Parts: sequence; structure tokens; C-alpha cells
Amino acid sequence: MILHFENARLIDPEAGTDAPGSLTIADGFIAARDEAAPEGAEVIDCRGRCLAPGIVDWGVKIGEPGERHKESYASAGRAAAAGGVTTMIVRPDTQPPIDTPESLSFVARRAADAPVRVRHMASLTKAREGREMVEMAFLMDAGAVAFTDGVRVIRDTKLMNRCLGYARGLGALIVGHPQEPTLSQGAAATKGKFASLYGIPDVSPLAELMGLERDLALVAMTNGRYHADQITTAAALPALGRARKAGLDVTAGVSIHHLTLNEFDVGGYRTFFRFTPPLRAEDDRAALVEAVADGEIDVIASFHTPQDEESKRLPFAEAAPGAVGLQTLLPAALRLYHQGGLSLPQLFRAMSLNPARRLGLDAGRLAVDTPADLVLFDPDAPFVLDRFALLSKSKNTPFDGARMQGKVLGTWVGGERVFG
Amino acid sequence: MTFRARHLLGIEPLSPPEITSILDLADSYVDLNRRTIKHSDALAGMTQINMFFENSTRTQSSFELAGKRLGADVMNMSMQTSSVKKGETLIDTALTLNAMRPDLLVVRHPQSGAVDLLSEKVNCAVLNAGDGRHEHPTQALLDALTIRRAKGRLHRLTVAICGDIAHSRVARSNLILLGKMESRIRLVGPATLMPAGAGEFGCEIYEDMREGLADADVVMMLRLQKERMDGGFIPSEREYYHRWGLDAEKLAHAKPDAIVMHPGPMNRGVEIDGTIADDINRSVIQDQVEMGVAVRMAAMDLLARNLRAERGRAMAEGTYV
Repeated sequence: MILHFENARLIDPEAGTDAPGSLTIADGFIAARDEAAPEGAEVIDCRGRCLAPGIVDWGVKIGEPGERHKESYASAGRAAAAGGVTTMIVRPDTQPPIDTPESLSFVARRAADAPVRVRHMASLTKAREGREMVEMAFLMDAGAVAFTDGVRVIRDTKLMNRCLGYARGLGALIVGHPQEPTLSQGAAATKGKFASLYGIPDVSPLAELMGLERDLALVAMTNGRYHADQITTAAALPALGRARKAGLDVTAGVSIHHLTLNEFDVGGYRTFFRFTPPLRAEDDRAALVEAVADGEIDVIASFHTPQDEESKRLPFAEAAPGAVGLQTLLPAALRLYHQGGLSLPQLFRAMSLNPARRLGLDAGRLAVDTPADLVLFDPDAPFVLDRFALLSKSKNTPFDGARMQGKVLGTWVGGERVFG
Repeated sequence: MTFRARHLLGIEPLSPPEITSILDLADSYVDLNRRTIKHSDALAGMTQINMFFENSTRTQSSFELAGKRLGADVMNMSMQTSSVKKGETLIDTALTLNAMRPDLLVVRHPQSGAVDLLSEKVNCAVLNAGDGRHEHPTQALLDALTIRRAKGRLHRLTVAICGDIAHSRVARSNLILLGKMESRIRLVGPATLMPAGAGEFGCEIYEDMREGLADADVVMMLRLQKERMDGGFIPSEREYYHRWGLDAEKLAHAKPDAIVMHPGPMNRGVEIDGTIADDINRSVIQDQVEMGVAVRMAAMDLLARNLRAERGRAMAEGTYV
């Protein structure tokens, strides 16, 4: 089947361009750019709307196994398709965690329920307990794209060192959570006037720098491959820059929530704004946006974390952290575009191209002969978000009732329309 | 006869001619050991004390047998149940034993450098039977003898030492010895079990077993300690076996006549497949045990000769105490 998108505004993160054009796809792959519609092609008139490589969302939590009432592969997949996410990079922090090739092959089978592509990260240590490394070679054979214990920092520095060393020989990517774990234990807010006023257990933003510096020193010792899942403070950025300058194989991500919200949004103890790490000061947020624009931070992701109502209907510090984000990632990111902080190619570089590149996936590009994973969206269409309209089983979004701009009109995965 | 040292503490201080002289003498003891009457009087009247501060069955019995065949009075001290438990320091233990006037002390100790320290405090010959992760000279010598008898030479061979290099004194002594004898050494194993700066020893480092074994003449497997198997250094036994366990498929990358060695005791199905270990055409693991007794006889014989010569000189000078 041949599809021809004409009259599109092509967002090409690789070339860094945002220009009118057309795109032809055949047999699931991009066949041509800016050429006339082939004979017999189904023509889609984009009417000047944006056509971009589908989002590769790095760090999606799905409740299978263990918490299927919060999210299943089917529900997350529908939300992803509606949000322009064509590949979900799924986290291993399930119950039990994905720490063996056997459990990975189970979730890989379950992933068939999702209409979008799914790739899995495996945990870095058995049961995410930070004591024994997982069978990385077997897990890679079973399809793991990276290894992480998520927000559970490996406290045993020697073990982290060995994990990075062992992974290096396999070419495996370790995803760390840069945070000093004893300082941040129990913290639900960033140290400062706001946390003090509200009496919320807090942690200094420098705890992130401490954790990052440790991990970067270990990367220097081992020559390992490392990705910091979330950099959320301005203080951590210079360390990251130094590591890159020293030639270390290091990349970093940030959550869309830390790019679009700050600590004051917590307002009257609103638990939908409780995140790990906690929301930061406005200066940090602004510095992070700049870091994404400069390419210092590589990846923007939703860190989609479904929580049921009971997990959130609790005193602030006791509430479960995290928010759903598959469907709100794009409109929230478009806030940064409308505010003038980031161009659309810059946004899609961070949401599609860079995560795919770092994980070795053939995605995130508009080049000929690459898989036709695409999102068509109107960046200007305004709407007010109603959390109960989200397709996720869980409705914990900080954007409930927010005025947003940007609507997904269609999503294609391998040339197949999965939304719109 | 070129070996003139007082002690045998490691391979490091030995020259290639010294190594060769020990191996040559060991060859003659192999012949002796294959006779029905396996006796020599090289150590007759001398006292050999085996002090093992770390458990060992095969090395200790090999030394005991070697001493007995040479006619020495051999005493075994299991140091784990001795005065060390009562709080005595290593040096006090050494001085106490020294006062009993032994001639040969065979010492194994879990701390690197402990045998060197002990040797400075006694008036007899000290033989290092393994100190920490430092050296195990008689193991390297017996491996060299095994290789020399199988391959006819020690130079210009490609020897792959595989497994837990970082914690292995066997690997250290072997790579020093084989380096001195001008063989080409490859260290093969996971990064977590590779010593820091291994590349500076003049070895080639491989993480991939198939690349590391390519065209090797000798494949030397190392024992993986149980306590390193679960998660700390490597994820699991099964993944270790999959990636670094020696099986027929991996061995096929070595030369067709490559020999397989293991210092024992083996973990079958962890670092080595049972059928490879038992393959009489490839495995020289039993030969290594046999060579062990001969090499230890040779080393103790030479140390005893040096000790006698030294004491003779001291007596002539009137300085012997």
C-alpha cells in the first residue's frame, strides 16, 4: 500500500528543518520526499499541518506484570497512539521487575496488545535490590535495549562500577538515576522557601549533582555507556558538559514535567504534581529548556507513570510519585514551542531522533528507507484537558483543566494508521 | 645449575636460565616418580614444615609427597586451627617455628606479601605455596613443565589464560613466567574479573572468548570462586558458562592441537565443560597434577642445595649460628 502525504509541514529533526513538503510511504517505509504522488497512492492532504517522526518515549511504566489495574499494554498503547508516540521504551520497575530473560519474554509477548512499537529496558540488578547484577547478555539476546533500576539508585558504588564494566563488553547501555540516595530518601520537594513554608520533606538540588558526579566518575573508570534518565537541576549541567568534553559516552534526559512545571505548581499539596525527583525552581526549569535547545540534554520523555486514585489521594509526601504522560507529552512540549524556547525540529530531536539513536533503533527520522512511524498534528489547535478523557487506565495528570495547544490528527506505525 | 636463590617466593625474580634449570631437574623427577621405588635422599635429614594459612588439599598433599619422596621429615601445620586463632602475629609464629630449626618452610597465606614478610624472619628456605592474589610460583612452574612436555618448547606459543584473572595468583605467576620465556599471552574474561592495568603487563586483553582463543596453542582455564558467581562480578553461573565456559564450540577456535589446562579444582559446567576436561586428546589436567609433584621436588632439592652451600660457607667463615 502506498500513502502520499501532501501539503505537509515536514518537521525533520535530523536536518533541523521545518518546511513545507510531501512524503510518500510504501510497504511501511518512507519511499520518497517531496516527489509527486505515485499512481494509485492514497493521498492525504495535510493542509499545512505538521508531519514529524513519531515520538520514541523513553521510560514508560506499564503495570504488567503486577499492576494491570493501573495500566495494561493495550491501554498504554492506545494512549501512545493518541499522543503521537510510535515507540514506547518500557521501564522494568514492574512487580516483579523485569530482571530475567524469562520475564522479559513474557512482557514482550504481552506487548503485542499495543498498537505501537514496544521495546523493553531490563532492570540492572536482580529484583532491583542493588545487590547482584542481572544476566545482561541473556537479556540483550531477549531484546533488552538498556538496563536500569529506575529511580532506585544503586548505593553500592563498587557494584555500579562492575555493572558498567560488565555492560561495556556487551555494548550495553546503563541508565542511571543521578541522585544521592541517602540525601533524597523520603524527600517530596526541592529544598527551598516553598518546601519550608509547606513543611514538605525536602532534598537539596545538589543531591542530583552528587549522584551524577559519582556515576560520571564510574563511567570514566570503566569507559561504560551511560545515560542519566533525568537531569532536573541547573547545577548538574556543567558536570554533564565536562563529561562530554572528556569524551565519555554519556547522554541525559529530562521529563516533560520538569520542563513545563515548577515547584510552585504543587500549590495546595496537589499530589498529581508529586514527582521523583521533585519539581524544581523556575530558574532550574528555564536552564533545562535552554539545555535541551543547546543539545546538552539529549532526550525529552514523558516518564509515563500511571497511578490509581488511591495512590494519589493521600497526604502529599505519602502519595505515589509520577504522572501519566503518553498523551500529554506532545501538547506539553508544544508549550515550549509556543513560548519560543524550542523549535519544532529541536523538540523532535529530543523526543524522537535522539532516543532512537541512543538506543540503536531505526526510528526518529524522516529519511527515505526508514520505517514510516509518523505523527500528523496541528500545533495550534487549542483545548482544555479533561483527565477523564485520557485513554490511560490511570488519570493522574498534572495538566487536568489546563489550557493546551496541539492536537494529534493521525499516527502511523510502520505505515499503518493506528490513530485518527 | 643456575638457581642460586635462598627462597622461592615468586616467578618475578627468576631468570629464564633459572626457570629452565628447575624444569630440567623436574623432568628427571618425573622419571623417578614413575618408578615403583620413588625415593631419593636429596632432603634426607632435613625438616620441611608446611604452613597453610588457607585451606588447600591438593597443593599441600603435593608438597607433602614431594618432601617425603626426597627423604625429608615433613610436618603439616594447619594454621587455621593453630595459635594464629589465639591472636599470635605472623612474625611471632615465624619466630617460634624458626626456633625449631626447620630447613624448608612451605607457606600459603591469604594475604599478598605475607610469605615475603615471613621469609625475612627465618633462617631457612621459604617456598611460596600461594600468597593472596600475588604469586603461586610452583603452579606456574608445573604449568610450564606440562606445556614444555606437550609442546616441546615454551617460547613462541600463544597462551590464552581465561576466566577470573583479577583474583588469580596462578594467572599472575603464569603470565610472568610465560612472558619471560617469550610466549604470547592473552588474558580472556569479563571486565569485572580483569585486573586494572592488565594491558600494561604486555598481554593482549580479550573479553570475547572466541576471539581470545583464536589460534591459541594453550588454553589455560582458571577456577571461578563460588563467592564471585552470584551477581557481584558476573550475573550468574549460566551466563558465565554461556560466555566464558570452555566448551567444544569455543575450543574449536583454538589450534586443532591446542592443549587445555586447569589448575583445579574444577567447576564442571561453570568454567569448563566436563567432556572437554575429560578429553584425553586435549586435556592435560591430570598431567598438571603429576608435574606438580616433580616440580616441587625439583624446587625443594635446589633450595636445599643452596641452603647447604650457604651453611657450608658460613661454617667455614665461622659465622654459622
